Amino acid sequence: MMVSSSSYLILSAAIFAIGVLGVLVRRNILIMFMSIELMLNAVNLALVALSKQLGSLDGQVVVFLVMTVAAAEAAVGLAIIICLFRNKKSVNVDDFNLMKW
Amino acid sequence: MELLIFSIVAVVAVVCSILVISQKSAVASALFLIATMVSLAILFLMLNAPFLAAIQIIVYAGAIMVLFLFVIMLLNLRRDEFGPEKRKAQRFFAILFVFLLLIGMVTIIEMGVFGFKPAEVVSEATAPAGVEPLAQLLFTKYLLPFELASVLLLVAIVGAIVMAKRRL
Repeated sequence: MMVSSSSYLILSAAIFAIGVLGVLVRRNILIMFMSIELMLNAVNLALVALSKQLGSLDGQVVVFLVMTVAAAEAAVGLAIIICLFRNKKSVNVDDFNLMKW
Repeated sequence: MELLIFSIVAVVAVVCSILVISQKSAVASALFLIATMVSLAILFLMLNAPFLAAIQIIVYAGAIMVLFLFVIMLLNLRRDEFGPEKRKAQRFFAILFVFLLLIGMVTIIEMGVFGFKPAEVVSEATAPAGVEPLAQLLFTKYLLPFELASVLLLVAIVGAIVMAKRRL
């Protein structure tokens, strides 16, 4: 039996929502960052599912570019985390209020 | 058969992603994130995209997650440095609004909005599988974004080194 593309889209929506929940609920900056990766993965799944449904490869090219941007984002983001940890000795986002006021 | 595999992989993906955000230790979160990515790679294989499945495992589950684990180990966190997870009100509203977001997304997928319904847009064409058609597209129609992505990676490397280095 074939799986319709809306099942893939609903799975993608569920994983995206879990990622949003992780960013909103957790205070540990590393886990918040992993939640962002989770959201990017969910979007990739939606793009591949729609690419198959529309019979076009353009969606897969976009996924390729999203992965490139995710790799760049992970490198820069983790460098920022190392920098913050060096200055504040903490990974709790409540301690990072340097630019709050 | 396809439905059975999809159901198993989907349940694994959702459970692992819930475990990613509910673990106390960041290393356990990273390991569950790898499990989620591998299950998504299996879904890519089922969706006729073997190249992206390979890239997903090599780049995401391989390179990016190794980078994550490397940083987690480098920071050498003790348990008390995670800080208390307080703010009960924020947690309540976060769960409420994420639930509303999920309902909204499922409604759009199932019912459609503005006359557009994802399930009804069916094309007769089937996308060619394999690496060659994807490469063809990447080096002709999407050549400029491809080159820009390489520049972006270069900028990211330079930025990461500048930021993580103690003194230039």
